[in-house]
Amino acid sequence: MIQPPFTEEHEELRASVRGFLDRELAPHAQAWEEERWFPDEVFGKLAAQGLLGLKYPAELGGQGGDYLHEAVLVEELARIGSGGTAAGIGAHTNIATPPIWKFGTADQHQRYLVPAIAGEKIGALGITEPGAGSDVAALRTRATPVDGGWVVNGEKTYITNGVRAHFIVTAVKTTEEGGHHGISFLIVDRGEGVTSAKLEKLGWHASDTATIAFEDAFVPAENLLGAEHEGFKQIMANFQWERLAMALGAVGAMALAWERTAEFARERTAFGRPLSKHQAIRHKLADLATSAYTARCVTYDALRRFVAGEEPLKEVTMAKLMTQRASFELMDACLQIHGGAGYMKEVWVERAARDSRLGPIGGGSDEIMREILGRVLAL
Amino acid sequence: MAATATSVQKPDFGTKRKHFIFTDEHEQLRESIRNFAIKELAPHAEEWEQTTFPDSVFARMGELGFLGLDKPEQYGGQGGDYYTALVLAEEITNGNSGGLAMGIAVHTDMAMPPILAFGSEEQKQEWVVPAIKGEKILCLGITEPDAGSDVKGIKTRAVKDGDDYIINGSKTYITNGHRADMIVLVTKTDSDAGYNGFTLFLVPMDAPGVIREKKLEKLGMHASDTALLAFQDVRVPASAVLGQVGKGFYHIMWELQGERLIGAAGMVSGAQKCFERTLQYAHERKAFGREIGKFQVIRHKFAEMATKIESARQMTYITAWRFNNGEYPVREISMSKLHASRVLCEVADECIQIHGGAGYMREYGVERVWRDARLNRIGAGTDEIMLDVIGRSYGL
Repeated sequence: MIQPPFTEEHEELRASVRGFLDRELAPHAQAWEEERWFPDEVFGKLAAQGLLGLKYPAELGGQGGDYLHEAVLVEELARIGSGGTAAGIGAHTNIATPPIWKFGTADQHQRYLVPAIAGEKIGALGITEPGAGSDVAALRTRATPVDGGWVVNGEKTYITNGVRAHFIVTAVKTTEEGGHHGISFLIVDRGEGVTSAKLEKLGWHASDTATIAFEDAFVPAENLLGAEHEGFKQIMANFQWERLAMALGAVGAMALAWERTAEFARERTAFGRPLSKHQAIRHKLADLATSAYTARCVTYDALRRFVAGEEPLKEVTMAKLMTQRASFELMDACLQIHGGAGYMKEVWVERAARDSRLGPIGGGSDEIMREILGRVLAL
Repeated sequence: MAATATSVQKPDFGTKRKHFIFTDEHEQLRESIRNFAIKELAPHAEEWEQTTFPDSVFARMGELGFLGLDKPEQYGGQGGDYYTALVLAEEITNGNSGGLAMGIAVHTDMAMPPILAFGSEEQKQEWVVPAIKGEKILCLGITEPDAGSDVKGIKTRAVKDGDDYIINGSKTYITNGHRADMIVLVTKTDSDAGYNGFTLFLVPMDAPGVIREKKLEKLGMHASDTALLAFQDVRVPASAVLGQVGKGFYHIMWELQGERLIGAAGMVSGAQKCFERTLQYAHERKAFGREIGKFQVIRHKFAEMATKIESARQMTYITAWRFNNGEYPVREISMSKLHASRVLCEVADECIQIHGGAGYMREYGVERVWRDARLNRIGAGTDEIMLDVIGRSYGL
């Protein structure tokens, strides 16, 4: 039985996506992790398969599908075995381009979305700053009106695709006070006044994560995305999909990690029998299977509601909160089951543990999810 | 009731109080190790993550007398009690490098104790004396590619050949394995004798047939050197046997007790350091208009961590007190190791979370503590082995 909201059609897409990722990307994961970078060509390869535009309309070069098709890809990206590579792809398709699609003009669609879907231009989303992480409204990057547009000054950090991106969908203050009605979204092209520096991280090594400094960077008027001063709402608008995407990524990663660890436990012997025949390990794997299934059910429920147009803030927030911690805990337990080998780079699981640790921080930390739930639950 | 001098007594947060197991001498030692670690180790921590720490650290620590704190004076040690080794484990964490602390501990608290306990006078002179000086570096070989927790399942064989033994097999995850001059090696000498079929050998690492294979890349502990070793027809004389032939399993199980307890002390100290660093961050970092430490959820996280750290510390100290007073508290040592390693991992993880995005970045150093910490739930006996030991101690 195919679990709703997916159908036969989605499972066919899943099989083909999985084949492509296993064949074309997964074999390079180790090398990309070591190089702290995956090549830009990955975007071209994905585009050639139509995978950068699954949810976008055909007239813009997309596949004309919907969020469910995109969901299939997001879940399967775990197969690459490199959280950083999946993150770089996801930053492009799930956080940088959706605001352009949703709030952009036809001209902006042509200039940014069409080449992004074709894999010719790579996008990044710039919100977090050194002094403003969870507290988005506190951001200080300032866009000052000048003739024909704005000049932007400030700094963004932890920006995925921050070095390679051709354009950065950037949240800036367009009023002195900033805050909820003083922030706007600008599409900033890489160019004069835009410099990036790469950051080293606990995990996601293949991802290009950077600080971006804007020094009198000129942005033309036609690059304002959506309504001026209403950027805060637009930022929030895509958070639901971003968080669902993170939940889906966790669901995919958990399923894969469980399968691999169960296989290891069946093969590895200690004290004269397979690890899986030791009760403590067997029960641990049973717990992990339950956790992985729970994560899937919670996420699929939120996804179904999202696709049906319910605006399920509560369910999406819960799915994000539950799956990110569960995914890390599952990876950590899988690492433990691998024993000494689990601590070694040559076995996949130490990377999976490092990569999954970002989940409870990125895309809104666990603490922020709980704050949102507190409000949704009228507390 | 009216307020009296005693009923309005102010809480004393105990920052200056020392635990009863420690004397003023321990505190002086603590300070000198701390100063050394801060001045001579910490500034290089970042660089040593890339290169592993240099052998010269052993020589320098030997010169300062830090490698033989609890070792007998007749071999060049300081003749201190067991607590002095605890102090070293606690204060070396000021070097900000789990890998370095581990490399030193393997030398002082894993490889040396069995030689002192079971070795001949000749063996002590040959290995312990230069090891305390930091002129010779030691390692310990138990784990094999197919036998980790299941020590009994090791395959490295030592076969008698005239007056010699010929050793064949492989060992993995060996800390100091590339730099060591000698390995305390666990072998099987009689595969039909069960637990009585194991023998320890002191094998010089330059003996023909000892092959240092690849350097292993790890999740953390990057400053430490971790090796896969092969032994191919390595010939050693009978005088290389450490302790009794056939008693190696018991010898090594004894060694593990001291190692686990010292390890627990280091873990508690590491957790404390991470806590303090994060506490400072929580005072400085602002979000939504106030210090993040002033949010109740964050404040409670610190309260949880402090409580966990304190419980692990008291458990470790009191178990050390038993050990130092001649008890052999295997159950409590296992509990201390299990609890301290979990506390350290939980604290490091919570500290990352409190740091938010910064916690995931290399430059803040918390992610390194987290990566280094994770080994402690695997090395020197996994959580599962600790639970087994504790459970069996109740006759289960």
